[in-house]
Amino acid sequence: MPDATGLELLAGELGDAAIETIYFRDHATVVIEPARIRAVLATLRRKGYGFLASVHGVDHYPQEPRLGVVYELLDMSRVDRVTVKLRVPSDAPRVESVTEDWPTADHQEREVYDMFGVVFEGHPDLRRILMPEDYEGHPQRRDFPLGGEPVIFTRDEAERLESRE
Amino acid sequence: MSQVENPPLSEYRRREQSIVLAPTEEQLRSDSDGASDEATHELLTLNFGPHHPATHGVLRLLVTLQGEIVRDIKPVIGYVHTGIEKTAEDKAYWKVIPIVERMDYLSYYFNAMAFCGAVETLVEVEVPRRGQYLRVIHLELNRIASHLIWLGTSALDLGAVSIFLYCLREREQILDLFEMSSGQRMHTRYFQVGGVIEDIPAGFAQKLREFLKIMPRRADEYGAILNSNEILLQRLRGTCPLDAQTLLGLGVTGPLLRAAGNPWDLRKADPYSSYEDFEFKIPVGTAGDNYDRFAVRLAEIYESVRIIEQALDGLPEGPHITADRKVALPPRHELATSMEALIHHFKLVTEGFRVPPGEVYHPIESPRGELGCYVRSDGSSKPARVHMRDPSFVNLQALSHMVKGSYIADLIATVAMLDPILGGIDR
Repeated sequence: MPDATGLELLAGELGDAAIETIYFRDHATVVIEPARIRAVLATLRRKGYGFLASVHGVDHYPQEPRLGVVYELLDMSRVDRVTVKLRVPSDAPRVESVTEDWPTADHQEREVYDMFGVVFEGHPDLRRILMPEDYEGHPQRRDFPLGGEPVIFTRDEAERLESRE
Repeated sequence: MSQVENPPLSEYRRREQSIVLAPTEEQLRSDSDGASDEATHELLTLNFGPHHPATHGVLRLLVTLQGEIVRDIKPVIGYVHTGIEKTAEDKAYWKVIPIVERMDYLSYYFNAMAFCGAVETLVEVEVPRRGQYLRVIHLELNRIASHLIWLGTSALDLGAVSIFLYCLREREQILDLFEMSSGQRMHTRYFQVGGVIEDIPAGFAQKLREFLKIMPRRADEYGAILNSNEILLQRLRGTCPLDAQTLLGLGVTGPLLRAAGNPWDLRKADPYSSYEDFEFKIPVGTAGDNYDRFAVRLAEIYESVRIIEQALDGLPEGPHITADRKVALPPRHELATSMEALIHHFKLVTEGFRVPPGEVYHPIESPRGELGCYVRSDGSSKPARVHMRDPSFVNLQALSHMVKGSYIADLIATVAMLDPILGGIDR
């Protein structure tokens, strides 16, 4: 892990793209401008962080900007991890997709889109991945209620059609 | 007789049918030169799964075939999505453990380990050495059990039926051991935040040693049976290789990456839970084909046995769970004599413990690759976000890269060697 000083140096190299640095439990996180994500990841890749371990979504409800996307980067030769984080407002949740540079982000960005409604611009195939295609809403958002999900089996469907006749 | 009308398609069915698969290179070329032979270039879209024994769960694949050659493949997942990550946000931290265990249902100890590790980092609680060693013993037993199920079902797909029964025989012994230590055979809830729930009972060590003695011999037998099975070898050797660089770009880790020659293993690279104390080797492949994927996993069984032997020999004395009463339940006997213990017990069982606000990502090496658990705490006794970076979910993306241009029979072998667990993919 880069230590607290290393993190500041790293953030310095990212220039004004870096908004904030968080050093928590021996782990470095850089919070960045959402619009600069591809440039930031490219810079970090040149610094050795060549493996994108994970992309995941977070909801900071009720704070704004509310939706977060977290990128976990890994340098395999130095065994060093750094987290890149960005936050977008819920009324314009748009981030540039990084799939072109990091093919592994494909499914993971689709999952973040599915669960949180963050739109990844330039993603080749941005569809829901885990929820049904006709599902409404983004279930991992904090204000999405738990439970009350109707379970539709084909038998119920048949009964419904019969009663309609 | 009245004419039977086709029922109108539902909105969902119509959307499903509107999925257009990308044109293959072959198609594009034949479109441009305009000289295609209808008979040989006709493309067929085959729906494979979700209910098909060779998909190892409820995986659905939309396969574009040209004759017997796979031209494109699109996985459709989500059939066993149960919203575990959402449910976790409604439970106290220690009540999350049993539900995350149900994600990847063959490696439940690993799910619990990733989650507990993340929470331990947040709460800054130290796990006693005996607890760490007991965790290693159970993790590695679980790795063997998971590999045995993989080996049995994969061999079944490839036409070797008897091996499945042998593999289940050894797995049964492991499940018996789990039952001994925790009372449960699967989804044991043995790992707790701060250690393990109970020390191993009398007789466990002896039974474990019997198993450790027999397991390498049995693994030898599997190797001998399968490596002399000409059909199996022909279906594995040289089929669907993928190089390490492409795999890394796709985020693939675990045995698949090691089969391509990259010895990346978090147990060695970034040891957690005392893995630095044990001596073991990382099996790697050379060609990165299906045979290497098979051979690497088979060799990992021996290494896991070695780790368990060392952990059992060097098992330190001492407590198995942290003495921090704020996160771990007090021992039963204290409840009868200590008021304070009773209060702690009551607080833990009702509200659970509060966790300082922050975010952590805790990666471990599961039987399928890097299993990372991301936990965000807002300071309350329930997590604000739990996310599992499940290796099966990420590794699945490599499937289309592996099988494009090979035969449909190789697709079956590759899905088997990919070892996807749909419970982990869909969560």
